[in-house]
Amino acid sequence: MTSTASPPIVLVSGDEELLVTRAVAQAIEAARAADPGADVREYEAGALSPGEVAEMVSPSLFGGRRLLVVRNGQDAKKDLAAALLAYAKNPDPDVTLVVTHPGAAKGKAFADGLRAAGATVVPAAKLKGQRERVSFVRDEIRRNGGKCTDDAAEALLAAVGNDLRELAAACSQLIADTDGRIGADTVARYYRGRAEVSGFTVADAAMVGDVPGALEALRWALHVGVDPVPIADALADGVRTVARVASAGRGNAYQLASSLGMPAWKIERAQRQSRGWSPEGLVDAMRAAAECNAEVKGGSDDRGYALERAIFAVAAARQGAGAGQRGSGAR
Amino acid sequence: MSPVFADLVGQDEAVDVLRHAAAAAAHIIDGSPGQGMTHAWIFTGPPGSGRSVAARAFAAALQCATGVGCGDCHGCHTTLTGTHADVRFVVPEGLSIGVGEMRALVLRAASAPSGGRWQVLVIEDADRLTEAAGNALLKAIEEPPPRTVFLLCTPSTHPDDISVTIRSRCRVIPLRQPPASAIASVLASRDGVSPDVAQWVASAAQGHVGRARRLARDPEARKRREAVLAVPRRLTGVGACFDAASALIEAAEAEAEAAVAETDATERAALETALGAGGTGRGAASAVRGAAGQLKDLERRQKSRATRAQRDSLDRALVDLAGFYRDVLTLKMRAPVAVVHADTEQLASAAAEKWTPESTLRRLEAVLACRDAIEANVKPRIAVEAMMLSLWRG
Ligand SMILES: [Zn+2]
Repeated sequence: MTSTASPPIVLVSGDEELLVTRAVAQAIEAARAADPGADVREYEAGALSPGEVAEMVSPSLFGGRRLLVVRNGQDAKKDLAAALLAYAKNPDPDVTLVVTHPGAAKGKAFADGLRAAGATVVPAAKLKGQRERVSFVRDEIRRNGGKCTDDAAEALLAAVGNDLRELAAACSQLIADTDGRIGADTVARYYRGRAEVSGFTVADAAMVGDVPGALEALRWALHVGVDPVPIADALADGVRTVARVASAGRGNAYQLASSLGMPAWKIERAQRQSRGWSPEGLVDAMRAAAECNAEVKGGSDDRGYALERAIFAVAAARQGAGAGQRGSGAR
Repeated sequence: MSPVFADLVGQDEAVDVLRHAAAAAAHIIDGSPGQGMTHAWIFTGPPGSGRSVAARAFAAALQCATGVGCGDCHGCHTTLTGTHADVRFVVPEGLSIGVGEMRALVLRAASAPSGGRWQVLVIEDADRLTEAAGNALLKAIEEPPPRTVFLLCTPSTHPDDISVTIRSRCRVIPLRQPPASAIASVLASRDGVSPDVAQWVASAAQGHVGRARRLARDPEARKRREAVLAVPRRLTGVGACFDAASALIEAAEAEAEAAVAETDATERAALETALGAGGTGRGAASAVRGAAGQLKDLERRQKSRATRAQRDSLDRALVDLAGFYRDVLTLKMRAPVAVVHADTEQLASAAAEKWTPESTLRRLEAVLACRDAIEANVKPRIAVEAMMLSLWRG
């Protein structure tokens, strides 16, 4: 977290939208804390000319603090980057310049230049791995004035999924609805019976080939007492949605919404999930989903095992692109 | 052949046994010893083979004034139209027959026949008895009143269909799937269907007499069948498979809804009329509470019946579809048997040119697996979608 005294140059580095938004909001807050009348302006790097830079950093007639946010620093053209770097070497103490940069190769020289000029770097990269996500949840709960155990954080991840925005919302919801001490049992109580949440978490992970994530979400769902049948249904729905969206071709989600009879957000998500899927793989995955449905409806002794097997089968179908079940030349 | 047995198409052996038993039953009524009559029977056979037709005909013969099932006397006539006071038909409306219903039926069947001949209880789809209902029935069959006859219909005598103990106390009449030629000749001679139409509907119905008759008479049924047989051509990709699945399921829903809508409305109106007589006097409040319960009960039974109708309708569609892939296989292997669907023979031979025998067999198996899955309670939409995708890939 940034210190209260506003640094003159801030580089927000990373592509996790929630963290970027938060870093910028925090900088604005700090500027306003120092001067309630602070002048805040936002620019898009791609639409900013070097000439404008001189104007925006020049001292104001009326004095007072100023905060300048330049978004998408990777889009800055050479001369704009040069102008900003020149300014960074000799910044105005009454001005805070915030530049956001996704951290990838594009515009890397510009970001490195800001670093070299002594910019305060706020990391905002996408979280990698379960460990980082667990600590994100714990930090979130702490930020909101609560306390949370590791296994409670794991449980929440399993129930809600990996989207940081949804996680953040879930954390503040949990804090609001409890005394702030969050254990695994709190999460279990809170999410029990929210079958669609758990079922779709399992399906979402399975459809992108995230077997550990899907298995973990499944174990959690079963642990909190979600019935296997809606989980199996959610799995089938996951395959169906990706299959229908993928075969509708590349198109605008809003235009596809009416022909597919699905909300646009669901189409967009399925479009992302459909990467890596072949038609043949979808055939195998749908068959696995149907078999799983039969098994959880009473054909199988261990319904949790039937669901686990279906997750493996769906992931294998994605990877094998349909070649797994039988040799080619079937037709 | 006795007229009441004339509807039993291609079942000569079964008819012989039943006529003999009916004659023996008539002797018992007359007070002379009768050989060949027994008080509990099971009619088995594939759907459409005429299990319930056989039970009904036999019941009529038992009530027949002449003892042979003349089809004209009061006993025959009222039995065949379902209004005979001593013949009760149990047709499960939902997925199963409960124990409460069965106890009441058994009690009634134990009373002396008002017409002086036999009390007959016909249970169609005895395979849908719950275990408790089966036990209630078993008790009655174990100690039968002297003039009571139980006629049960099930697909087979497999323990899944009927309990071993019930089976052991019944005489079994196995019915076979009637050959298309027998169905065609009955349709032509008794229903006045033109011979060429009779021929193709008999073959398209795959041994199901009632289905053949419906195809001959009902243009809507023919249209639905055509839509089903258009499915193989429509499967051009993954998306098309899901569209075809939706269309098939929606058609089944619509057909089922049309089939039960009229009965539902009539039942509801009858119940409301009966309850509406309550008035506003003393006890009216509790009457209203009771009425709400009865209406709810009716709705529950109607919903269960609608579910069954939907599954039956979907199953008919799958049988039609299986017939197509069987035709492809028949043509591929140059088997010397007639095709099921004469009107899609060209399409079937084109497919036979293109597909390997193995992939054709896999397609046929996918349809049969889908029927099994739906019977095993898999969500119909999921089962049908998986099937369509398998049909597309082969
Ligand atoms: Zn008669």
